[in-house]
Amino acid sequence: MDGAGRAGVVIAGAGQSGFQAAFSLRTEGYDGPITLIGDEPHIPYQRPPLSKDFMAGKMDPDSLPLRPESFYEAQRIELRMGERIEAIETAGRAVVLASGERLPFDSLILATGARNRRLTVPGAELPGVCYLRSVDEAVAIQERLEAARRVVIIGGGFIGLEMAAIAAAQGREVVVVEAQSRVMPRVVAPVISAFFQETHEARGVRFAFNAAVTELRGAASVEFAHLSDGSMYAAELVVVGIGVVPNMELAARAGLEVGNGIRVDEYLETGAPGIYAIGDCAWHPNRFAGGLARIESVQNGVDQARCVAATIAGKRAPYDAVPWFWTDQFDLKLQMAGLSSGFDEVVVRGEAASRRFSVFYFREGKLLAVDSINRPGDHLVARKLLVAGVEITGAEAGDPGFDLKTAAASRT
Amino acid sequence: MSFFSKKPKETVSVTYVSHNGAVREVAVPVENTVMEGAVANNIEGIVAECGGSCMCATCHVYVDEAFLGQLEPIAENEEEMLGNTAAPRQANSRLACQLKLTKALNGLRVTTPPNQQ
Repeated sequence: MDGAGRAGVVIAGAGQSGFQAAFSLRTEGYDGPITLIGDEPHIPYQRPPLSKDFMAGKMDPDSLPLRPESFYEAQRIELRMGERIEAIETAGRAVVLASGERLPFDSLILATGARNRRLTVPGAELPGVCYLRSVDEAVAIQERLEAARRVVIIGGGFIGLEMAAIAAAQGREVVVVEAQSRVMPRVVAPVISAFFQETHEARGVRFAFNAAVTELRGAASVEFAHLSDGSMYAAELVVVGIGVVPNMELAARAGLEVGNGIRVDEYLETGAPGIYAIGDCAWHPNRFAGGLARIESVQNGVDQARCVAATIAGKRAPYDAVPWFWTDQFDLKLQMAGLSSGFDEVVVRGEAASRRFSVFYFREGKLLAVDSINRPGDHLVARKLLVAGVEITGAEAGDPGFDLKTAAASRT
Repeated sequence: MSFFSKKPKETVSVTYVSHNGAVREVAVPVENTVMEGAVANNIEGIVAECGGSCMCATCHVYVDEAFLGQLEPIAENEEEMLGNTAAPRQANSRLACQLKLTKALNGLRVTTPPNQQ
């Protein structure tokens, strides 16, 4: 589509989703102006390694950017880093920056992401109480970790466990505080929670379940974490990983519908024509969730960016991608395909003792999701099964002699 | 850009050949992967959706036969991913994110397949 001479596309947010939208607009043949606006000072970079190889010091920091600076020039993508959008004029088709500058658009893509949920207990503002989302925050944690002997991690989700694995591997004393009775409670079956807990404990990580932090204390910086069960842990570093909240205030101020994120339809378009929302901030209809969902993942951001880019380039199609996620902890790679919430049957394929197995989740006999530990082949096949809606039974999933790949190919 | 390291690095030459024959020779720092070298130099044909986590099988390459013996062997995870690439697997198929560059690999030549997804 020829967009020359027009106002073009403005992308609000330069994370993985915003970057991908700009990238895919060009690969889809969109030729008009593209402006990518982000409030961090850095060119768009990958977030997953921040709690994995980058945090562990196993990655060249220069490999963090999604593309080199030269890419944007060559692709005629205008980068506006360190800038914030203050307002959207939905009728006037323009955004207004904090500086007062007004940028007109034909299409606006809101990729504003999410921000960390903050701890609000007494002492939460002490130095040494850290959060992880940006690279600057990751570097701050690295520096604290270097000098710390004891680390308390609040939240037993992906971020908390990835941080726990890195800190434990570096010889730190680590305690993970989790409000529920097992790790990753909202995303995986108990069999996987138990397996990951055992692995962490074998490497020295301790857990405080059914507990919350009630107060953090320290003089110049954090020294102690007090828990609701009356226990107390000394720590030179506290990392808080208790979830995120979507950045939707800009959309709300513009009169766009918001709820658990910015409300969009199956084309990821808001109630205002030509204004879209993608990634962590998008509250969208998702058939794998059986309703409206807001999904925080690289896959969701990337695939939604591609979908909207195709629409803007004239190839309109609804969003319909299988959700997938991954986490790396010690020598374990956990890969998740589909959304397992609401399952009524769990089938294990392989032996947990072998440290390579998959868990299949069913509801009323229908496959919902597959979580794989060190079995990437199962994961890739699961994505194919789920996207095509291929029916397999629990008995087949649990039978090591049953060939999933053949089923995926022959039953579609 | 304050934190991205600026110190000079030792590099090796890597040549990326696209399926339609376009050739690009670039310098890539030792210890970086063939995937990272492609991304940093805007090489088309390597998608690297997961950023090198051996998650997505979208950085599939065919390695020049002369270098096959000098590569780290295929690990279990990579082996499984190679069974699920978009373009057909060949005897010289590898995932670029798993190929860490060493000085011995100077002059490495890889060909990207017609499709990754």
